[in-house]
Amino acid sequence: MKIDRVALTSARRRSVNVLMLGSTALCAALTVAALAFVLGYLVYQGGSSLNLAFFTRLPTPVGEPGGGMANALLGSAKLLLLAALVGVPLGFMAGLYIAEFASPGPAFALRYATDLLNGVPSIVIGIVAYTLVVLPMHHFSTIAGGVALAIMMVPVTVRGTEEFLRAVPPSLREASLALGATRWITIARVVVPAASRGILTAVMLGLARVAGETAPLLFTALNNRFWSHGWTEPTASLPVMIFTYAIAPYDDWHRQAWAAALVLLALVLTANVAARVMVRRPAVSPG
Amino acid sequence: MTRVTASPPIARPRVERHATGAEAESPHPVKIATERVSLFYGGKQALHDVTLDIGSNQVTALIGPSGCGKSTYLRTLNRMNDIVPKTRIAGRVTLDGADIYAAGVDVVALRRRVGMVFQRSNPFPKSNFDNVAYGIRVNRLASSRGDLRERVEASLRRAALWDEVKDRLHESALALSGGQQQRLCIARALAVQPDVLLMDEPASALDPIATQRIEELIYELKRDYTIVIVTHNMQQAARVSDVTAFFWLGKLVEVAPTEQLFTNPREKLTDDYVTGRFG
Ligand SMILES: Nc1ncnc2c1ncn2[C@@H]1O[C@H](COP(=O)(O)OP(=O)(O)O)[C@@H](O)[C@H]1O
Ligand SMILES: [Mg+2]
Repeated sequence: MKIDRVALTSARRRSVNVLMLGSTALCAALTVAALAFVLGYLVYQGGSSLNLAFFTRLPTPVGEPGGGMANALLGSAKLLLLAALVGVPLGFMAGLYIAEFASPGPAFALRYATDLLNGVPSIVIGIVAYTLVVLPMHHFSTIAGGVALAIMMVPVTVRGTEEFLRAVPPSLREASLALGATRWITIARVVVPAASRGILTAVMLGLARVAGETAPLLFTALNNRFWSHGWTEPTASLPVMIFTYAIAPYDDWHRQAWAAALVLLALVLTANVAARVMVRRPAVSPG
Repeated sequence: MTRVTASPPIARPRVERHATGAEAESPHPVKIATERVSLFYGGKQALHDVTLDIGSNQVTALIGPSGCGKSTYLRTLNRMNDIVPKTRIAGRVTLDGADIYAAGVDVVALRRRVGMVFQRSNPFPKSNFDNVAYGIRVNRLASSRGDLRERVEASLRRAALWDEVKDRLHESALALSGGQQQRLCIARALAVQPDVLLMDEPASALDPIATQRIEELIYELKRDYTIVIVTHNMQQAARVSDVTAFFWLGKLVEVAPTEQLFTNPREKLTDDYVTGRFG
């Protein structure tokens, strides 16, 4: 009797095991399948329209075949550069403050504020940048779009910086202080370098994410069929171009939208993979 | 012993301040003196009125069961406890007669004179060279690049590591073995030319052969440095030290020449501990 019950429970346990294993593995497989599907579909749809002209030419007027999205590629690059130049130092310094100097109360408040900022819908960030930059300047511009993306980069950088600074073993700080280094020197020469690769990874993942943001660019950078000179003209960007081309009623525009989407995804994935590879490399910081 | 009431700068006096009167005859004048030192972590008292003189150019071992305050005591000597929040210290610690807790004392200068090697080797994630050069650089000790190289080499030689790393100076220190890493940490501490070397269980994570190398090194170094070593290994204390101090529950129970402490201790508690009746 007793033995039977044991056998029964163990049989049940085994079937629960199999069920759980099976269903979780299935969901995991579905996740991978989703990525594979997106990739495959993009390659299928966009691959055929992808040629050298796509990377080197301006868009052609409606009905005229050929052309490319060179201006959108450059526009996206400039927007991301601005986002990084403005958002990363700001976020880095704030993260440094939270991790190294703030007392627990303010640190908690700042962390919370950062998370809230991270949760603000990107369209709202667009409106803010519109109000802050576009209205005073009276026109759409690369700067306005860059500011919108920079605001989105700040919380990502803050949290990445803080997290990786905190992960630096206390023994390294102690070693530095025990050698007669000041707190500042310890932070600058030991703590930040030890965390730098992690921080850089967080920044790259952040940039990869904002690279695909469309909403905050719609009424800040707007779009441009031609080259955007300098920083104060409206500019094309890959996501806005995809949006514009995808909703247009022309077949060849649709194909170009697919091609642009493929390029954007390839860039984002490359940045992601590069970031991951970077964290893995054995640690030795020069200098 | 002379009391210094003003707060003299923690400079490097060439003359031993303590070498006065009868003490001048001693080959080991007092380098560090602690008088009735108590230390509190918040409300918890970790050291109770510890009074101990540490002689120069010899090895003083601190022994006692885990949690008895050995590391805490060691860290009062270079003020590393300062970085632990909510610590409070009472009593006096003097280095060459100067109160190291006096107002206006430059902690950075103090730590340059009192170097430290930690329990777990903690090389920076930098090259071997940059690890040793670190203290030289942040304290601006080298006059030129050539001087820096020479100082790094000299420190590595002192730590008996030069031959093993001379061909891989610019490779990551993290690629070294545990014992090599610990000797690198010793070289790094020596590079800023301290007078005193504090070692907190420097060999506890090492295999017997690496441990033996560290012990030989300690024996070598005591000619030029005052060494205070924490160890929970009594054989090690007996092998490397000249004087041994036995701690128990935050109190200093007994301090004596090592041989005497192990063979003929004054206190029953010491006897029980060194004969392994508890601990
Ligand atoms: N940072 C700290 N905060 C609070 N208590 C501590 C801290 N460090 C050590 N202690 C306590 O102080 C006592 C002495 O610790 P320690 O000096 O590390 O002992 P030992 O090195 O002899 O093992 C222990 O009870 C320990 O729990
Ligand atoms: Mg300890």
